[in-house]
Amino acid sequence: MNGQSEQAVDGDRRDLVILGGGLVGMTLALAAARHGLSSHVVDRANPSDLTAEGFDGRASAISTASWNLFTNIGLADALESHGCPIAEIAVSDQLKPGEIRFRPGPEEGSLGRMFANRQLRLALFKAAAAEPLIAWHPRAEVIHRERGPHGVAVTLAGGTQLRGSLLVAAEGRASPTRDEAGIGLAKWDYHHRAIIAGLVHERAHDNVAWEIFWPEGPFALLPMLDDAAGRHCSALVWTVSEQDAAGVLKLSDAAFLGEARARMGPLFGEILSVGPRSSYPLGFQHTARIVEDRLALVGDAAHGIHPIAGQGLNLGLRDVGALVEVLAEGARLGLEPGDAQLLARYQRWRGLDSFSVALATDGLTRLFGIPGRTASAVRRLGMGGVERLGPLKTWFMDEARGVSGEVPALMRG
Amino acid sequence: MMSDASRQTATIRPEEAAHFGRLAGDWWDPKGSSAMLHRLNPVRLGFIRAAIDRHWATGSVARPLAGKRALDVGCGAGLLAEPLARLGADVTGVDAAAENVAAALAHAAAMGLAITYHAGELAELGLGHFDLVTCLEVIEHVADKAAFVRLLASHLAPGGMMILSTPNRTTRSRLLMVEGAELLGLIPRGTHQWDDFITPDELSAILASEGFTVTARSGIAFTPGRGLHLSDDLALNYILSAERR
Repeated sequence: MNGQSEQAVDGDRRDLVILGGGLVGMTLALAAARHGLSSHVVDRANPSDLTAEGFDGRASAISTASWNLFTNIGLADALESHGCPIAEIAVSDQLKPGEIRFRPGPEEGSLGRMFANRQLRLALFKAAAAEPLIAWHPRAEVIHRERGPHGVAVTLAGGTQLRGSLLVAAEGRASPTRDEAGIGLAKWDYHHRAIIAGLVHERAHDNVAWEIFWPEGPFALLPMLDDAAGRHCSALVWTVSEQDAAGVLKLSDAAFLGEARARMGPLFGEILSVGPRSSYPLGFQHTARIVEDRLALVGDAAHGIHPIAGQGLNLGLRDVGALVEVLAEGARLGLEPGDAQLLARYQRWRGLDSFSVALATDGLTRLFGIPGRTASAVRRLGMGGVERLGPLKTWFMDEARGVSGEVPALMRG
Repeated sequence: MMSDASRQTATIRPEEAAHFGRLAGDWWDPKGSSAMLHRLNPVRLGFIRAAIDRHWATGSVARPLAGKRALDVGCGAGLLAEPLARLGADVTGVDAAAENVAAALAHAAAMGLAITYHAGELAELGLGHFDLVTCLEVIEHVADKAAFVRLLASHLAPGGMMILSTPNRTTRSRLLMVEGAELLGLIPRGTHQWDDFITPDELSAILASEGFTVTARSGIAFTPGRGLHLSDDLALNYILSAERR
């Protein structure tokens, strides 16, 4: 029974097989590469479609912690000039007097910055294309997934097989990998949709992010950089009920602007134009577990949350920071990325943290989502309560900036 | 099995080797009967990596054992040998139970790792010298501990380092490891004979008499909040590094 095991010639076996090469999946591949971990990244979409001008008009609030992550993986230079800092968050109940304002002290820095998702994708895709540790497979359909005791394998339409140590699902809320693994999902459909559009307006936004709560749902205006012509821009996230969404999406530009004006009042002066509109359903979801044998879930595949506090992408990036830290520490000890002890640590770290943010954001929405005058008074009282409750407000601000809880090393300044 | 009585006392008892052999197929299942060893692995690897970095000044190196030969005595199915191979070492694993070595060979091949494994008695294999000799959770199963340490030392190359871990012989270790964990099924029944456990001072004295100095020593403790972790508390289980004076 003596002998030597065969050294397998295994050129394309990589540390990670990441399914989903969007903002979270590609950031994971880059952060892993910075720690010497190799990956396959598989995505259905064509990257040139995703980075086309006016593809979806979506924007993301990048918290300080998420910005630190981008900095630590070398993207700060490419992104710096495209971010619009958020200096203040104003929360209003139907534009009535007495909005809550969250503004950090001068030494606390920015609450975060707004980016067009397109700019984030451009920077990520460019860095990924130049990274030899990333094998990128765009426009690829996964037809088979396999998780065995020694590794994982994914088969693409066309027959290519990709092998690795750990499978990572970064496919977003409807993750087929998660569903196939039989991971249970706590789901709560709000029967609302978020309508996303870019607005051009007369007055400067002064770097203030507005969340205006109307009985039918929140209406958020997030400050964006001025456009090439020097006009003032904001990203609109308008929540409407599912049955109204189709109608809103079909409105002419002029009619849409009219509706938007009615909900913004004179905040930013005249509204000059609106860009392409898109929408997605709102819901709260969280998985019971975020790992299985040789499988880790990151981002919305693990937990989707209502976007009112702009935490969705930041939560996903915190998953990235935590997972990469766990895997890199494992590699330092000679443990492979599929090691069950490492996955258990990722589960302990991120399982509860993302759930608590999801619950807090969910509570906030329910507080503001109830129609009627009495409810409005309760809401105003509630907002005063939030204003008075120092620790809660501090928590909210820390959470908005992504610096509470145990922060992955990649996300510290 | 062996005619030379003095050699036999320096090695694992046959009935204990058979006990571990029965568990071989289950070794690599993190939820199986070796679950405690799997959980222990990152903890003891943390100590080993720190010892390697101190000994060879390899702090930020990805493969600190590149170009080095490592010997793992009592390798089981390769839970330690495989990480040492990933850290760059040319690893040889030895285990008295052939079933363990069969499981180790199969697993290393499936993981694409080149590791040499031998079933049998270390004293009879003539393996030569190694820069790193590890022997974790083995010496408590050996009757003549001084002879065993001498055998390990004879495999250490000049400038090399030895790493040993074992349960302490305290009332707490008896309660927790033998009476508690084995009864609860956390560790397979019959794994430990408490009377054979060795205290850190006794082991250090044996090492000193063989010309070794202990360079670092840490307890492996358990609390419900933190799980298994390195600690100053040596009462349960401890791990140490040693080198020739």
